Amino acid sequence: MKFLCLECDQRMDFDDRQVPGDGTFGASYKCPSCGKGIAMLANEMETRLVQGLGIEIGGRTIDPEPMDFIQKTMVTKEGAFTEVGAKLPKVRWTEAGQDRLARVPTFVRGMVKRIYTDWAREQGVEEMTPDTMDRARVDLGLEDM
Amino acid sequence: MTFRSYNEIGGKDVSQIGEQVAAGRRAVALRLARVERLIAVTSGKGGVGKSYVTAMLATGLSRRGMRVGVLDADLRSPTVAAMLGAVGPLVRDETGIAPAMGSDGIKTISTSVLLADGQPLHWDEPASERFIWRGTLETSALREFLADVRWGPLDYLLVDMPPGADIASDLHALVPNIGGAIAVTLPTEESRCSVERTMTAIEEAGINILGVVENMSGYVCSECGATAALFPGSAGADLATGFGVPLLATIPFSAAEGQVAADGTHGKTLVDNVIEAAA
Repeated sequence: MKFLCLECDQRMDFDDRQVPGDGTFGASYKCPSCGKGIAMLANEMETRLVQGLGIEIGGRTIDPEPMDFIQKTMVTKEGAFTEVGAKLPKVRWTEAGQDRLARVPTFVRGMVKRIYTDWAREQGVEEMTPDTMDRARVDLGLEDM
Repeated sequence: MTFRSYNEIGGKDVSQIGEQVAAGRRAVALRLARVERLIAVTSGKGGVGKSYVTAMLATGLSRRGMRVGVLDADLRSPTVAAMLGAVGPLVRDETGIAPAMGSDGIKTISTSVLLADGQPLHWDEPASERFIWRGTLETSALREFLADVRWGPLDYLLVDMPPGADIASDLHALVPNIGGAIAVTLPTEESRCSVERTMTAIEEAGINILGVVENMSGYVCSECGATAALFPGSAGADLATGFGVPLLATIPFSAAEGQVAADGTHGKTLVDNVIEAAA
């Protein structure tokens, strides 16, 4: 989906999203040339169809929780999920590690961080640096990804 | 008034739907990077013992020292987790969901650990229009089962598929490098017709068929040990011949629990035959 400002013949940019809580959804777009804004308002059915894909119009700005879609959409029994009981070892991401992570495309960055953090805990690695990330990459068989 | 068409305007989609769908698939690939083989256990119809074969195969592989996971893709009628003794609650942390642990250390995920006893699968949506998005909802849930469970390193991830042919292509879209599929049938002609359709759909989806398992292929008398026919027909052998794949096992119906675990063909067990076919 793209939005075109007819006056400027310019593709409009995503600006903001609104979820009013009544099952509908709104997203606003702005023309980068003239600044004119429009709002796309989706009805309940259209909103459901997009939510059914487990995605958000305009892209996610926050990494979803694991099984975020199932927890929000499936009718599960009370107590189906629980938080981890024992305290898990903390894995610290160094500045250089975070810089390397920032080069991963936005949409999969959260997943890559999860996988590497999980690996670090298994291996007893306390700090994620570019070196430990290289080790993880080989160990996890992600060289070709 | 004329204006430029979609393809005449450069730049990415503002909705970023395509990117997010692709990212979902990539998340699955990242999570399954340490899974050696993903095998789908399929059938054309319900009630043939697909989940039983999955549980038995998982147990056999685990007892050979393999690291095994089971994903119950039969979201509406989940049974395999109960057979493996896997129960909830599911434990989550920021890196993912720990799988429920079944017997023999088999890592298991299923809607049966999420739903209340006797409660059918429902989604938080208006019932009147459920048919429109049910398939999309189920595929999204399957994607999260694959991507958000901390499977860790596995030799085998067995996917217990729901009856029918359509979900094979959904699974293949999420996991392009499926190790193969096993088709489970009863001996009857009706079952053969149904499973043949599913096997054809699996082939059309580009998934390698590892072989056929014929379940309930006879009845073992618990007193004298003799085997008698339970259903007429030879669907297992017929399908294996028709598709040019091995008949992996013919499993008799037996009252003695665990007695069938060793049944296979060509003098080998089902587990031996699957390991060989998936190698």
